[in-house]
Amino acid sequence: MNAPITRAELLTQLARCVPVEAILSETEDMRPFETDGLTAYRQTPYVVVLPSTEAQVQAILALCNSVGVPVVARGSGTGLSGGALPHAEGVLLSLSKFMRILDIDPLARTARVQPGVRNLAISEAVAPLGLYYAPDPSSQIACSIGGNVAENSGGVHCLKYGLTVHNILKVRAVTMAGELVELGSDALDSVGYDLMALITGSEGLLAVITEVTVKLLPKPQKAQAILAAFDDVEKAGDAVARIIAAGIIPAGLEMMDGPATRAAEAFVHADYPLDAEALLICESDGTPEEVTDEIARMKTILEDSGAIEIRYSYDEAQRLKFWAGRKAAFPAVGRLAPDYYCIDGTIPRRSLGMVLKRIYEMSHEFGLEVCNVFHAGDGNLHPLILFDASKPGEFERTEEYAGKILELCVEVGGTITGEHGVGVEKINQMCVQFSVEALQMFHGVKAAFDPLGLLNPGKGVPSLHRCAELGRMHVHHNQLPHPDLPRF
Amino acid sequence: MNILLQSLMDQVRSAHDAAIPLTIQGGGSKGFWVKAEAPQTLNIKPYTGVVDYEPSELVITVRAGTPLSEVENLLAANNQMLGFEPPHYAPTATLGGAVASGLSGPRRANAGSVRDFVLGARIMDGQGRDLSFGGRVIKNVAGFDVSRLMAGALGTLGVLTEVSLKVIPRPQFETTLEWALPEAAAIIRMNEWGGQPLPVSATSFYNGQLRVRLSGAEVSVRSAMRQLGGEVVNEADAWWLSVREQSAPCFTSARPLWRLSVRSTATPLGLSGASLIEWGGALRWIASDHAPAQIQKAAQDMGGHALQFRNGHPARPHFAPLNPVLAQLNQRLKQSFDPKGILNPGLMAGF
Repeated sequence: MNAPITRAELLTQLARCVPVEAILSETEDMRPFETDGLTAYRQTPYVVVLPSTEAQVQAILALCNSVGVPVVARGSGTGLSGGALPHAEGVLLSLSKFMRILDIDPLARTARVQPGVRNLAISEAVAPLGLYYAPDPSSQIACSIGGNVAENSGGVHCLKYGLTVHNILKVRAVTMAGELVELGSDALDSVGYDLMALITGSEGLLAVITEVTVKLLPKPQKAQAILAAFDDVEKAGDAVARIIAAGIIPAGLEMMDGPATRAAEAFVHADYPLDAEALLICESDGTPEEVTDEIARMKTILEDSGAIEIRYSYDEAQRLKFWAGRKAAFPAVGRLAPDYYCIDGTIPRRSLGMVLKRIYEMSHEFGLEVCNVFHAGDGNLHPLILFDASKPGEFERTEEYAGKILELCVEVGGTITGEHGVGVEKINQMCVQFSVEALQMFHGVKAAFDPLGLLNPGKGVPSLHRCAELGRMHVHHNQLPHPDLPRF
Repeated sequence: MNILLQSLMDQVRSAHDAAIPLTIQGGGSKGFWVKAEAPQTLNIKPYTGVVDYEPSELVITVRAGTPLSEVENLLAANNQMLGFEPPHYAPTATLGGAVASGLSGPRRANAGSVRDFVLGARIMDGQGRDLSFGGRVIKNVAGFDVSRLMAGALGTLGVLTEVSLKVIPRPQFETTLEWALPEAAAIIRMNEWGGQPLPVSATSFYNGQLRVRLSGAEVSVRSAMRQLGGEVVNEADAWWLSVREQSAPCFTSARPLWRLSVRSTATPLGLSGASLIEWGGALRWIASDHAPAQIQKAAQDMGGHALQFRNGHPARPHFAPLNPVLAQLNQRLKQSFDPKGILNPGLMAGF
C-alpha cells in the first residue's frame, strides 16, 4: 500500500500530535524496532512514535486513519510470532512510555495499569499485599501487560489459573479512528457484546490498548513439585491423562522429551535423569494440607503409570531447580545448533503419542533435528526444530517442516497456535485451520473496529486471496509470487 | 452433514433471503427475561447430542439443543462439572441457551463465567453459513476469539449449533458456613476473604445472613473452617440451588427484579426492596419498584450496570444504554454477523 502523503508531510503532522523528541525517523534510531521476538523477520519502520498520553495515542491514530497510513502497536517486543513486525510504510507506535501502575485496590483485588508495565512488575508491586497476577508467560520479566492482552498470553500455570482473558476485568483502548473505548468494566460483566474478550488475543488488529485493569489472586501459601522420569513418552502422556482423570488440576504439568531433557541438563545442570525419554514436572500449590494431599495422590498415579524415577522438591531451592531446566529449555536447545525454530501447536492430549511419533518421523524426512517441550496439562506442544540459517535452503526446509507439524495439529483437532499468536509467522496455516467463510467473518470483525484496515495490516488473518494462492501452491511459505498483494 | 442441521441452515438461509426475522428457540427456560417477538421461530431444541467427551481432556463438545441437565448428569457420572454452575430456570434448559444467555451461577466469582469456559463454537450466522471458531483444546489463540463473543450475545450474532466447553473436576468436599452480619460488613468480609488463599466457591448475603461455601480437598476445606469459624449450614445444597434457580424468596416477588452487576466492593446501594447479594459482592439482585433510571444510575455509580431480569418485557429488555462509540462497535459487529438483522431482533441492547 502506498502512503497517500509524503513521509516529510507525515512527520510534520505527527509533530502536531506529540513532542518532536517522541518521533524517531533516522534509520539508526529506528533499528531497535526492526524486529520483535521472532527475529527471522525484520523490517525498518517508516517512522517510530513514542506517545506518553492517551490523548496523544488518539491524535496519532486519528491522523493516520485520515491519511491512510498503517499503524503497528508495540509493547516490549517479546512476541514470538512477529505480531509487532513494523510495516514498511506505517507508523510503529511504541507504548513503552506507558509504564505506570495507576492504582492498586487491595480489597477489590484489582490493579489498573498502563500497557507498558511489565507482567512481573505487577506481581512484584502487589506482593506485599499477599497478592499476585497469575498469568506468567516465560518472558514475564520483560513482556508488557498490553502485549499480554493483545496475545492472550498464557504461561506454565494456566491450566489452573487461566489465560490473560480470565484474569482481566477492563481494557481501555483507542480505535483506529482515534476514539477511546472502555471494554469490560469494574463489575464482572457489562452491557452489549463481550468486546473485552474479543480484543484479548486480537494481536493489535482491533484497537490500541492504553490501560488494563487486571485481577489479582491471593498468593498460594505453598508450592511443591514432583519430577518423574519415563522410558517412553506415551507412558508419560498416559500419566498426564490419569492425573487429570483423577480430578487433579495441577498448578503446572510440563513434559520434555529425551532430547530436550538432555539439552537442558547439559545447559543448567538441573540434575535431570539422562536416561529418561520423557520427563514430567508436576507442581501442586495451595494450602500446606492441600499440597501434601495432592502430591501424594500424584505420586501414586505416576508410579502406576510406570515412572522409572520420582523425585520431590523438599524446599523452594529444589523446586526452582526442577524448573530451571524446563525454563531454560529454549536457550538450552539453542546451544545445539546455530538456529532453532519454535512451534506452538496445541493438540488434544490423547493424540500426543501419535503426534510425537509423526514429528520424529518427519524429522528424518526433512533431515532436521527436533526437541519437544510440552505444556502437557493444556496440550500445548512446542517442538523446537534445529537448523542452520547460513546453509542455503535450510530455513525454508525448516519452515516447511514446521508448517507440516502445524497442519498435523489441526488434523488431530488442535490448533496452529496455543499461546504465541499468528502474527506473520503462522498466517498461511490460518488457511488450513479456518474455512473461507470463517476467515471472511474475521474480516468482518476487523472491519467493525477498523473499516480501512490500517491497524497492524498483514498480521493475524490472511486475505482470502492469499489462501487461494496457497491452496494452489500447497502452502509454500513466504514465497508468494505476489508478496505485495493487499492483506491484513 | 446432519439432516437436522441442514434443515436449520435451510431455514436461516430462507429467512435471510426473504429478510424475515427469527426467534431462536431453545428450551424456552429464559423466555421470562428475553424472548424475541419475530414472525418465525427457529427451533434448536431437537438438535441434541454429545459430539465428543473424553473426561481426561477436560473438554466436552455438545450440540446446542442438548438439555443442560443431560450434560451435567454425564459430567457428574465422570466426577466433573460445568465450572460456571449455570442456572436452568426450567427443566427444559438447553446447553446452547445457557451459553447464549451468558448467565453464570453462584461459582462465577471464583471459578469464572460461561465466557471463561467456552473453548469453541459452531454457529450459523445471519446468512445461514456454517462457521466454526475456537476449538476443542484449552489453549488456542488462532484468529479472533469469536466463540467467547457468542457467550451472552443472546443469539443475535449467530445461532449456536455446537459448543465446546472446558469442564472441571467436582470438588472432593463441600461445606457452607454462615454468620449474622449487617450488609456493609458482609460485603467487606466477602472481599477480604477473596484476597486470602481460602477455597471459597460461592458467597451470598440475604436477610442479614452471610453464607460462604467452601469447596475443594477435604483437608483444605476443614482447615478453612477452623480459620473462619461461623455456623455450619445444614442442607446447604438446597440453598445454593435456590440462589442459582431463583426460587429463594427475594426472587419470587411480583415486583420487577433487577440484576445489578457492580464493583465487588460497592457499599450497600441504598435501594429499597428485597435483595440478595452474590459473587463476593459483585452481583446484587433487588426486587424493587424504583424507576429504571434510578436503579441504572445506582449501578453505574458503582462501576457497573443494571438490567431488569423478571417481571419486565422480554421482547424489549431493559439494558443500560451504551455510549455512542461502543454502540457503534456493537452495531457494526451485528452487521457483520447478521447483515439483515434477522437473528433475535431487538434483544441485545436494543438491536
